[in-house]
Amino acid sequence: MENVRPPAWRNPQPAARYNLVVIGGGPAGLVAASAAASMGAKVALVERALLGGGCLNVGCIPSKTIIRTSRLYAEMRNAEHYGAQIPADIHVDFAAVMQRMRRIRARISRVDSVQRLSAAGVDVFLGEARFTGTDALSVDGTRLRFRKAVVATGARPDTPSIPGLVEAGFMTNENVFDLTELPRRLLVIGGGPLGCELAQAFCRFGAQTTIVQALPLFLPKEERDAAQLLADGFARDGIEVRLNTEAVKVRMEDGQKFVDLISDDYQSTVAVDAILTGTGRLPNVERLNLEAAGVDCDATTGIRIDDFLQTSNPRIYAAGDACLEHKFTHTADASARIAVYNALALGRRRLSALTIPWCTYTDPEIAHVGLYVREARDQDIPVRTFTIPMHDVHRAIADGEEVGFVKIHVKERTDRILGATIVARHAGEMINEITLAIVARIGLRTLARVIHAYPTQVEAIKKAADAYVASLTRPTSKSLLRRWAAR
Amino acid sequence: MAEVSEPTDETLLGELQRAAFGYFLEAVNPANGLIADNSRANSPVSIAVVGFGLSSYPVAVEHRWLARADAVERSLAALRFFRDSDQSGGPAATGYKGFYYHFLDLHTGLRVWRSELSMIDTALLIAGALTASMYFDANTPDEIELRELADMLYRRIDWRWAQGGGETLRQGWKPECGFLHYGWEGYNEAIVLYVLALGSPSHPLEGDCYHAWTATYQWENLYGYDFLYGGPLFVHQYSHAWIDFRGIRDRFMREKRCDYFENSRRATLVQREYAQRNPNEFAGYDEHCWGLTACDGPSDELPDVTGEPRRLFGYAARGVPYGPDDGTIAGWTSLASLPFTPDIALDAARNMQLRYPEMLSESRYASGFNPSLATADHRAWVSPGHFGLDQGIVVMMIENHRTGLIWRLMRECSYVRAGLRHAGFRGGWL
Repeated sequence: MENVRPPAWRNPQPAARYNLVVIGGGPAGLVAASAAASMGAKVALVERALLGGGCLNVGCIPSKTIIRTSRLYAEMRNAEHYGAQIPADIHVDFAAVMQRMRRIRARISRVDSVQRLSAAGVDVFLGEARFTGTDALSVDGTRLRFRKAVVATGARPDTPSIPGLVEAGFMTNENVFDLTELPRRLLVIGGGPLGCELAQAFCRFGAQTTIVQALPLFLPKEERDAAQLLADGFARDGIEVRLNTEAVKVRMEDGQKFVDLISDDYQSTVAVDAILTGTGRLPNVERLNLEAAGVDCDATTGIRIDDFLQTSNPRIYAAGDACLEHKFTHTADASARIAVYNALALGRRRLSALTIPWCTYTDPEIAHVGLYVREARDQDIPVRTFTIPMHDVHRAIADGEEVGFVKIHVKERTDRILGATIVARHAGEMINEITLAIVARIGLRTLARVIHAYPTQVEAIKKAADAYVASLTRPTSKSLLRRWAAR
Repeated sequence: MAEVSEPTDETLLGELQRAAFGYFLEAVNPANGLIADNSRANSPVSIAVVGFGLSSYPVAVEHRWLARADAVERSLAALRFFRDSDQSGGPAATGYKGFYYHFLDLHTGLRVWRSELSMIDTALLIAGALTASMYFDANTPDEIELRELADMLYRRIDWRWAQGGGETLRQGWKPECGFLHYGWEGYNEAIVLYVLALGSPSHPLEGDCYHAWTATYQWENLYGYDFLYGGPLFVHQYSHAWIDFRGIRDRFMREKRCDYFENSRRATLVQREYAQRNPNEFAGYDEHCWGLTACDGPSDELPDVTGEPRRLFGYAARGVPYGPDDGTIAGWTSLASLPFTPDIALDAARNMQLRYPEMLSESRYASGFNPSLATADHRAWVSPGHFGLDQGIVVMMIENHRTGLIWRLMRECSYVRAGLRHAGFRGGWL
């Protein structure tokens, strides 16, 4: 707390007018404030809760930290697969898991601290911001005037409307990291990234875990094969997978939560000790009094922006989860940079020009960038996909991490990369090479000439590029080469 | 002493085909023409198996395994049953809107297992009925009735309703909950379903349904082969049992300069390639022993030959390269690729038969066998009994390979031709 909301903090005396006021101290807000300050602008940042936002406090950082520990437990139980002995007594110390998570979160929070921001020349105001006009807002009664503003207030969990859920009690990502004891039986409602990551982590800690997903597959935006491999992985871990299933009612009996489930015509009930929901996110826009600022917004999709991140008020821009469909930390970062540049430097940078990768940090990880095949076909772009199963990659075999694939989609009869999906233990690391290739307009032909260190799992990308080059060799050429070699 | 010579290809195929056809004679209820899903005790009827049976009777007549009148009688029994069946859509009826529940009681013909009203299985049944109507073309009262019944059953199907207001066909419907959530996504065995649904003169599909389905296709380069991806081998075989895809192309295949027949050839080669690579190190897999598809396999967690417990999937659609794969191979599915890859299909049939003779009983393929779960005497685990779908595809694909009979019959079916044209197929025999 000393870093992200010091108890003794006193808000500064506001300047007469700021070049930029940033509302929200999450990933987008912090980047916007720092970037504007480094441009020499007079900047204020307003945060109502903790600096660092959801990512640091209740999102990416704590989840990835506990996922790492859960992976270690899974590997211990699976030690024989690696030619090692299973430890005699595998005891999960959940308190230690959470203590490590808090320690790491605190360490990273130093980067996002109030002190650092102030030292960078940003006036930090801790309090609730409300617009009072098209060029002003108040923070708990203090008036801040601005030439430009960036709204970066993030998003919060969307709670499913299941009768009895609120009364029985449930967790979201905002309080699951406050747990002090591992629930013996956990129901996860929602098969999106958050639900999938935490279901697997808690299962690996030893919670008897059930995950219900209303759709026939997890991660509905991802490719079918990716989602199928994830479902298989969950089953291997021992998660009870309930696809095509909805939770329709919750009731408390004898201290247990009973949840009624329906899958087509099949009804069942599960008894659990805790429920975690991960059914989407809603933008934080209600308490900003956006009407006073003349900023259009929608309660579900957030602040309406154009391709330059400008709102219906030309003075005000938005960035991050408050306005974007892709609610990722790195997208928040990139959009904040665009917003600041366009707001302060009269720039014309476009949101649509971004190439945005993403990753779900399950085991295996599922990463994607660019177009899906379906999206390309919807745009009448003929697609050819080069697929390399990870079981063809020597390092993956050596690592015992063969589940997954690299699929690179190119425009038919060219080597232009349209998109890619990677399912692999380290897919999140691997996808960056494809992102770079797309941004730099590097085709598969060039990638095939890039020497990749051997043995590495990312060699799968090189193999896909090699497959492209091999496909260019016509059968007649192959036949001629064979005859020449046989002379 | 005279040497024991290997049977010729013709002899081998003849034996396997006749044995497979024998299933339909043994598993039929002569009173209503319905055929059991499998040979195990109390098996229900699978309507798709009835479709395969109806398609196999003409083959049997051609080979003189069955008298023409007998084949007509068996076909008529089934078609009359479906004509008179309860189409109320009630929980214990037989069908609704011209479709039928997937599984029926062998004696009463009423729904069992709370099974779904199945679009694809109804299509396979109707494909069988149309095959019979194309073959039995004599002007006798029975054969005229047979043709009229097949026509009536086909025209009765409300394909448009099966879209459920969506872009593509739904997979199923239940009286308890309406349409199932699952739609057709990605390439699979459904071309024959779409062709029949598009060719209907009474209730054809609305909109660009076929295009909406093919928009979900994945054209992939895997193991050096460019092909329309589908994991289990049966998805590359079922529609081909009835429709001769050589040289005819829809928009997607024109774009890829390929056709579905060539695609199945490549898919078969990918299957063999996967077995050679054998990433999960299962016993038996190699270039002579391959074939992952929907089949029966072991279902309890059993130790394999190395003593390690394995995850086992029971009856499941196994596929390559992402699985599920528990070491279970379906011998019949490699043989069913005979029209596409005759050399390697025959090679696999001979090799697997030599190495694992237990996968055949009475020359008939078991649904699946698993050499990784060998018994103490080194015999592979074998699925008990036989399944009708497996026998039907063997009968039809051997026949298509040898004489092209089924393809020839269906090439002349006006509904199939109309459906193919509506789906955008051009060229070749069309």
